[in-house]
Amino acid sequence: MPLLYPLVLSAALFGIGLYGVLARRNAVLMLLGVELMLNAVNLNLVAFDAWFADQLHTGQVLTLFTITLAAAEIGLGLAIVLALFRAVRTVDVDGVDR
Amino acid sequence: MSATEIVFLLFAALAVGSALLAMTTKQLVHSALWLVATLGAVAGCFVLMTAEFVAWVQVLVYVGSVVVLVIFALMLTRQQSTISAEVTGNRWTAAVLGLVAAVGLGATVISGFHGERIEGHRIGSAKSIGDALFSDWVLPFEILSGVLLAALIGAIVISRSGTER
Repeated sequence: MPLLYPLVLSAALFGIGLYGVLARRNAVLMLLGVELMLNAVNLNLVAFDAWFADQLHTGQVLTLFTITLAAAEIGLGLAIVLALFRAVRTVDVDGVDR
Repeated sequence: MSATEIVFLLFAALAVGSALLAMTTKQLVHSALWLVATLGAVAGCFVLMTAEFVAWVQVLVYVGSVVVLVIFALMLTRQQSTISAEVTGNRWTAAVLGLVAAVGLGATVISGFHGERIEGHRIGSAKSIGDALFSDWVLPFEILSGVLLAALIGAIVISRSGTER
């Protein structure tokens, strides 16, 4: 398989995730965009691991670490969003700074 | 073009299409469900790139728990008056920035790795990943467990702090 297939897919997913983070008003859906960007990075790591084929399995082990960090990030992020919702009764990121 | 490449391109099209829908649909819960399709397609791509253990971790952690967590959060933060427009005013700026990022990254990887091929000799099975994880990567692994514990405690503290007031 050409190495470019996963790399270009990853670039496309990263761009879509960036759009989601910047354009969504709902804070929970903003976090979904961040997850999509992290997944694009995972795709890159796995593709370069399969291409480079080193003894340490660096890319795939780092992918596992990224998945763990993404889980920690979404847990903490949703806790912050829920605290925000309790404080101002909205998750609209434009409405928070009133 | 081999069968692997055709299946990969199908998964890639599914991932990009459902990601676009997830980021643009006006229905909140549909957005989370389209993200399931995206993450599942990416897991399929992982399998095709010989990373089968990472693919199952992706299915378990992302599709299994992260999306369920997001759906819970969406239901808990359901508002009386729905937000009129689901996108902010700087939607077009965001679209241009996303497009610039995707095209820039795509052009970089195309110019840098044109013609390289993935041969797929080393399969990332659970055994080989486990060997690597617990021989060469033990210290980062342990530090990561500390990070997870800190995130867990932080999430609990943040969730409880609002209820006392």
